[in-house]
Amino acid sequence: MKTITRRVALGVAAGAVALGLAWPAAAEADFAGKTIEWIIPFSAGGGSDTWARFNAPLLSKYLPGNPVVVVVNEPGGGSTKGTNLFAARAKPDGLTILGTSGSTQFPYLLGDPRVRYEYKDWKIAMAGPTGGAVYASPSLGLTGPQDIAKLKDKELVYASQGATSLDLVPLLGFRLMGFNVQHVFGFKGRGDGRLAFERGEVNIDYQTSSAYLKNVQPLVDAGQAVPLFSWGVLNEAGEVVRDPTFPDLPSFAEAYETLTGKAPSGPEYDAYFAFFTAGFPAQKMVFLPNGTPDDIVAAYQKAFEDMKADPDYQANAEAVLGTYEQVTGPLAQALFEKGTTIAPELRKQVVEMLGAEYGVKLGE
Amino acid sequence: MVDTLLSALAALLTFQHLLYMLLGVSVGLVIGVIPGLGGIAGLSLLMPFLYGMDEIAALAMLIGLVAVIPTSDTFSSVLMGIPGSSASQATVLDGFPLARQGQAARALSAAFISSMAGGIFGAVVLTGFVVIARPIILSFASAELFMLALFGLSMVAVLAGRSLAKGLAACCIGLIIGSIGGAPATGEFRMIFGSEYLYDGIPLVIVGLGFFAIPEIADLLRKNSAIASGNALGSGWFDGLRDWWHNIWLSARCAGLGCIIGAIPGLGGSVVDWIAYGHAVQTVKKDPQFGKGDIRGVIAPESANNAMQGGALLPTMLFGIPGSGAMAVFLGGMVLLGIQPGPSMVGADLNITYSVIWSLALANVMGAGICLALAIPISKLTQIPFQRLAPFMIVLICFAAFQATRSLADLVALLSLGVLGVLMKRFGWPRPALLIGYVLAPQAETYFYQALQFNGWSFLGRPGVIVIGLMTVASVVFGLRNRVDEHGHVVPNEDDAPDVPTFKAHLPQIGFAVAMAGLMALALIDSLEHDFLGKIFPLSVSIIGLVMLAVLIPQLARGKPGHHAHFDAELTGDHVGQAGIGNLWGGLAWIAGLVGLTALVGFYAALLIFFPIFLIQRAKAGPIAVAVMTAGAAGFILVLAWALSLNFPSGVLQDVLDLPWPFR
Repeated sequence: MKTITRRVALGVAAGAVALGLAWPAAAEADFAGKTIEWIIPFSAGGGSDTWARFNAPLLSKYLPGNPVVVVVNEPGGGSTKGTNLFAARAKPDGLTILGTSGSTQFPYLLGDPRVRYEYKDWKIAMAGPTGGAVYASPSLGLTGPQDIAKLKDKELVYASQGATSLDLVPLLGFRLMGFNVQHVFGFKGRGDGRLAFERGEVNIDYQTSSAYLKNVQPLVDAGQAVPLFSWGVLNEAGEVVRDPTFPDLPSFAEAYETLTGKAPSGPEYDAYFAFFTAGFPAQKMVFLPNGTPDDIVAAYQKAFEDMKADPDYQANAEAVLGTYEQVTGPLAQALFEKGTTIAPELRKQVVEMLGAEYGVKLGE
Repeated sequence: MVDTLLSALAALLTFQHLLYMLLGVSVGLVIGVIPGLGGIAGLSLLMPFLYGMDEIAALAMLIGLVAVIPTSDTFSSVLMGIPGSSASQATVLDGFPLARQGQAARALSAAFISSMAGGIFGAVVLTGFVVIARPIILSFASAELFMLALFGLSMVAVLAGRSLAKGLAACCIGLIIGSIGGAPATGEFRMIFGSEYLYDGIPLVIVGLGFFAIPEIADLLRKNSAIASGNALGSGWFDGLRDWWHNIWLSARCAGLGCIIGAIPGLGGSVVDWIAYGHAVQTVKKDPQFGKGDIRGVIAPESANNAMQGGALLPTMLFGIPGSGAMAVFLGGMVLLGIQPGPSMVGADLNITYSVIWSLALANVMGAGICLALAIPISKLTQIPFQRLAPFMIVLICFAAFQATRSLADLVALLSLGVLGVLMKRFGWPRPALLIGYVLAPQAETYFYQALQFNGWSFLGRPGVIVIGLMTVASVVFGLRNRVDEHGHVVPNEDDAPDVPTFKAHLPQIGFAVAMAGLMALALIDSLEHDFLGKIFPLSVSIIGLVMLAVLIPQLARGKPGHHAHFDAELTGDHVGQAGIGNLWGGLAWIAGLVGLTALVGFYAALLIFFPIFLIQRAKAGPIAVAVMTAGAAGFILVLAWALSLNFPSGVLQDVLDLPWPFR
């Protein structure tokens, strides 16, 4: 009894010390009169740039001291150039932050020779999940998600941006499901792919959530497209569950179960899962450089949390972010770790498959 | 629909909205005047201000900017022969000769009224077309897009110059440059030679500036005089308006062409001016003077490039597919305002669409009006000795060039292509043919591969493919009949060119042709390393190029003096034998100096060193003038860089020392 009390007392004391240290430290982070550079390794226009430009004024409003936040585009090398620059140059003073996308995570996961950055060095400030839904042409003879098995023996055609782009996720996903898909490469974006679907050139496609709601839902309503499944989102335990944007659609895991009768597992699923996480639940991430003090990280996390109540955030969040909340703290940390980790043998397996079947060479 | 149209106009015609539009128009005019900077830079400047703005005002501002860039970019095309943006490269061919003949006022007024007419035409087409555009845009599948790329390439026939072999070889070089980087079908990286910069291919702005701006600057610098002698502008404001009125059908046809090319997603508008120019050359029958200052060579591209912007809004708003870099930024702006493009733009959100269309029309009127008013002060620039203007132009062009990836490599690429451009100009290799090849290479390759994947060879039987195919054949036939040379002159294919009748004098041009054959061979060897789908395009192009050179080189070596293949501006150009002509390489050496300094100390410090040295050494300016001009240029670049929030390319110094912005 006595011991326990002492332990509790010690615990409380330790907690108080920790708090005592933490509070003044958090108050120390003050960016008054400073300019924060938000490096976006992509050119102006496009998803990542728009995402950063949406967040930048809000970040400025909610960071202590209201610093100016400018978006600095450093495009090139499929986003590896700007990210390498950040890795080499950024100082741990909270004045330079990096916004990454799936296209930054994928070369890292695949071991692209242009990558000279190490995610594990950085501290995550925020993760912005995204999601999407897969749909097919009614000419394949199906009427809804329940008919997915009918695709098994069909010749499917998919408009892809390239085997190492974000379209690697559907490529691995369709393989896992055993579909016979011809991937036609060279498309400039998912919008371009949707156009090919509407022209009847391809019969299976996916769109990110906001584009799906705006552009594919009318096709579904008109009987010109049949929804199949959503990629799903990760819950707190790291499991794939239904996307709240599409409550009526099965998730990828459910669709897989409908097809095969069992839950997805095994090394091929693990490879898919790594790229899926890097491409959807952990697609957009904001990083601070190696060695950034905890109070600065905390100040950023707090700003990203506080901005969610801002009327400007709420007014335009859906158009920019889709239907997903940006997250911080342990959840962001979990997404970060899952989205930037792949076992070496899984990497090898994916790289070899891409080389053998799609002629992809990642360089030396 | 009419109700929506009128209420959209009413919503727009408030003081506040018009003020924002005027702001957009003003920024657009300034950006358009600066060579190399276009819609991407302009829109990026305005992006930070969108936050919290009212939808209609923000759209009016963005559209105002996009709409007038092809209006004001005409200034430097006509007055200096340096294209103000990629949209008015073709304007140079006849606009600049007109300016040198003292008819700048006529050329500019014709250009501005054509721009305005083209812009309004684009808006009118949008008004009616937007409601029915979806099925029409959807009828262009990969097969048709491939054929359209071929149609664009058919313009090479008209722009090939005196020697068809040379013209086609130039086009092949363009196709090869355009195929550098990731292969569309396999993602393999072609011709990167271990350089990370080449992974993404060479950006359009670098190719445009390297081949069209640098040779012109190098040329002007040799002459050591003002661009225009005597009255810079000349009279003839009303002549220009009258010229446009007499050619109103040409203007309308080119506007229609521009609109269609802009509206078809995936084609991009970067060669629309050349296609319009080619069309004018093909169809004008009465007394063609193309290349020597034919006003129709100004009216055609200027009508098309403004109309193109209207067309390009269609796929952007209806499908969310940006047709160009500028439209990608515009799309980002729409999303930031909370507008998701899609079918609702012609449904529930039709009022937004119509306010965009009205903004487009109004901005074109505003832009043309302001340009006419500004023409006299701006054209005074051409009375300044060019060596005083040159450092500004060199710095601005380098500034524009490193917008591409914001690194030193952009400047190195610019310089290398500049060298190639100067030599091509000297030896009469048609640079427009190269540019068309460069722009259309990825499209031709991608759509051909996709069409084969989707349809097999049966794609050739599609009605759309057959129609566009016939148009292409017609264009080639008309084009070969009215070929224009490097400088735009319509040329008879006769062997009566001025020439110097010794073999030795021909050695430089033979050497250049052999070097180009070496380039082709390099592309051929590189292509052999790739998979079938990755190699087939560069392999075929390099073989065609080598065949053309196999025809050309013996013609150059053995042809009689005056053979139509022979051309060397250093033997027969206007400047030969005149006093005070500098070295061909002088201008390039200065640019190389700036690039070299950048590699050492970073761009901004390099600018501060380069400017005074150039002014003292080359322009013989006095100390006060040097100080004022250096401060002016440094200040302007600083403000622009700050507004665009960019870091300058860094050099060795920055690797060692940690300096504050802008030296960082």
